Amino acid sequence: MSGYILEMNEISKSFTGVKALSNVNFKVRKGEIHCLIGENGAGKSTLMKVLSGVYPYGTYEGDIVFEGSVQQFNKISDSVQTGIVIIYQELALFPDLTVYENIFVGNEVKRGNLVDWNQTIAEAKKMLKRVGLDVNPETLVKDLSVGKQQLVEIAKALSKDVKLLILDEPTAALNEDDSENLLKLLGELKKQGITSIMISHKLKEVISIADQATVLRDGKTICTLDGYNGEISENMIIKNMVGRDIDDIYPKRPHKKIGETILELNNWSAYSSELARHVLKDIDFHVKKGEIVGIAGLMGSGRTELALSVFGNPKNYKLEGQLKVSGVKKTFKHTSDAIKSGIAYVTEDRKGDGLFLIQDIKNNITAANLNEVADKGIINENEEVKRATEYKRSMYIKASSLEQTVGNLSGGNQQKVSLGKWLFVGPKLLILDEPTRGIDVGAKFEIYTIMNKLISEGMSIIMISSELGEVLGMSDRVYIMAEGRMKGELPIEEANQENIMKLATQ
Amino acid sequence: MEFINEARTLVKENIRDYGMYIALFVIMLTFSIMTDGLFMSSRNISNLLDSTGYIAVLAVGMTLVIVIRHIDLSIGFAAGFLGAITAILLTKMGLPIYVTIPVILLLGIVIGLFNGLLIAKYAIPSFVATLAGMLIFRGALLQVTEKTGTIIIKDDAFNAIGNGFIPSLMIVNGLHLLSLILGLLSILIYIYSEISTRRNKIKYQFEVVSKGIFTFKLVFVSAIIAYVTWILAGYNGFSWTVVIMLLVVVAYHFLTTKTVLGRHIYAVGSNPEAAHLSGINVNKITYMVFGSMGMLAALSGILFTSRLQSATTTAGTLFELDAIAAAYVGGVSSAGGVGKVTGAIIGAIVMASLSSGMNLLGVGVSMQYMIRGGVLVAAVLFDVMTRKKRG
Repeated sequence: MSGYILEMNEISKSFTGVKALSNVNFKVRKGEIHCLIGENGAGKSTLMKVLSGVYPYGTYEGDIVFEGSVQQFNKISDSVQTGIVIIYQELALFPDLTVYENIFVGNEVKRGNLVDWNQTIAEAKKMLKRVGLDVNPETLVKDLSVGKQQLVEIAKALSKDVKLLILDEPTAALNEDDSENLLKLLGELKKQGITSIMISHKLKEVISIADQATVLRDGKTICTLDGYNGEISENMIIKNMVGRDIDDIYPKRPHKKIGETILELNNWSAYSSELARHVLKDIDFHVKKGEIVGIAGLMGSGRTELALSVFGNPKNYKLEGQLKVSGVKKTFKHTSDAIKSGIAYVTEDRKGDGLFLIQDIKNNITAANLNEVADKGIINENEEVKRATEYKRSMYIKASSLEQTVGNLSGGNQQKVSLGKWLFVGPKLLILDEPTRGIDVGAKFEIYTIMNKLISEGMSIIMISSELGEVLGMSDRVYIMAEGRMKGELPIEEANQENIMKLATQ
Repeated sequence: MEFINEARTLVKENIRDYGMYIALFVIMLTFSIMTDGLFMSSRNISNLLDSTGYIAVLAVGMTLVIVIRHIDLSIGFAAGFLGAITAILLTKMGLPIYVTIPVILLLGIVIGLFNGLLIAKYAIPSFVATLAGMLIFRGALLQVTEKTGTIIIKDDAFNAIGNGFIPSLMIVNGLHLLSLILGLLSILIYIYSEISTRRNKIKYQFEVVSKGIFTFKLVFVSAIIAYVTWILAGYNGFSWTVVIMLLVVVAYHFLTTKTVLGRHIYAVGSNPEAAHLSGINVNKITYMVFGSMGMLAALSGILFTSRLQSATTTAGTLFELDAIAAAYVGGVSSAGGVGKVTGAIIGAIVMASLSSGMNLLGVGVSMQYMIRGGVLVAAVLFDVMTRKKRG
């Protein structure tokens, strides 16, 4: 067996008191393909950021040993110089530049102080040949498919004399053919002596390509499975990936009263002209009165797109299929139409597109339904304050007054303001997208309690979540999505972490 | 002692809101001393406010445009062009003033809506769309005045808008009675609204300032209104321009602070994506704001034309930049969602005071431009620094 090219020893990293990584050990042998696996939030990205110098030396504990010597990266260019290159899921290409310019950006081929373009193009052709990409180097990157763009990224890495190539979910946005090509290429590069680390959620890929696989969970190394000994199997990976009990952090609902169907989707598809692909395909889905429906799936599986396509379609997807609210067929032209039909959507990114951070709590709570407290367009401030105060109390928002700027609140309180804002609309159906992301356990419990109270009052909830524990702990029924399709539907009695994970990683 | 401490923390916490008032006070005081009181004379203040009018109304509209993260460069020549059309309608077509003014205002709204259409529907950056408008209206202005040159207006009623004063009813001790009554009324309305707001805040357990500070503020602001009224009443009383300016401010202040539309404008400014997801029609708000901007540009054109009693071939030159400067001095933020219409008026008065004071002192035009530029940078710098401190 060859020696290790990379050893990360006892790596720990905290963010303002929260431990993201604790004593992680991660060893990669020279010339192998090593897969890094774990749920969302397990610490994979953090670990790779430590390795690449995004988090500079000194902000973490532990050692990085690369090719036998301890490394102290202060910035990304340090790690690149050593021969470690990361390719992120969100490609870092310049769409309006040509392929050859992209390959050598920041690493220009020079003669004297000027760029030698002829030489650049010649070199670019060599790199493209190595990655098996047959395009004119003068093509603009935006005119290439995502799969080919991915290859340009790899060519760019090769131009920097890469020794260790790290790929963060490289096939997440690719179709099957492109994925297969990419995996083949990794095999080719392996023959040329390049070591690769691949982060992936697709277990089949992992099984087919990995020499070794390390599983992370909750910021800790759980195990490293060895492909040579046939240890890498779907069951082994899933068992190690989830392997935790649902703690008693989900309040029990007193009783269930499930009623008629509130929302129904048939053959529902959405095409994004921006991404030039279907983000949703042939979805059948329904929600009944008084139930919490969980939607599980990995990031990019189409969960958020599903919510947006129902909620007035703000991204302007081309929609096909049928949407019925309480049995009546509907077409929403604007989010306001969806709101009028009794649908509310609490976004995933509360700071980005959920809240008005520079405004106060009161203005945020009433923002989506100001007419409720206005008469002929003139706001009745007394009424507004009165109603906002009620929501501040019932949402357990901790703030000195309604006049506090929302941007200064903690994540949990911001989320409760978000929730309050949408309950103020008086919806029949509440869509929660990652309702507890990045908030502490106490606030989580409060949000779960509010959810239970709402359904006992006859509301319906769709909960999109990456946390399997939450999905299992709160839902009455679980849908599982992957690659824009519904992969399965399970009643809560039959759902468990293993079968959900299996469907989500198909 | 407690009073002073509270005052100090209040000023510290609200420095952004108070900053321009303090600046205006300092500027007025400095010029008064340097000109031996000539600056604060009835005649000068009256002239100063009248010459601010056509920029101030633009600054009000511009503030809202900047609040929703856009800009409008077309309004200067749009005002000039609409002013020329006003003159043509009044003189060549012989239309009466009460027909002409609504027609011009409507035309302004149409122009603004067209800008809004390019920006909201076709996603053309507002800078480019309105830059094109600026060129077009400059050409249009030349086109309609090419043959005649300056168009002189002889309609007294129209010319009174920019030069006349409200009737005085009676002169008491050399002061104009109606102006005095109006001043007194505004003081009473101000005191009443402040007290009722405070009552409400106390009722809902909001934080309020102590009684001492509150009384001080009431007395202070009332004194200022009284002083300005007294100054103006001693000359010719309130001019029609000042009355129009005040009406615009009151209307827009009400619109922005008390109505659903106003709240939606600020929501779109602070986070357009969140506004869209909150069911607010962002495009509609963009139309409204640009439509209002167009209407105010028309009003500005009317005020300016009336003030000159004629339409000229260069009317409206650089108005848009003066309005933008006034809005920024008045505390609007290009990051969106922040900025008050009252601030815009103060900003316009600050800039006008600088011009007026420097004119009295005989400062050359070249120096005047540089100093005004410096003040603009200082105002925005101040805004950026105070925001950093808080953030």
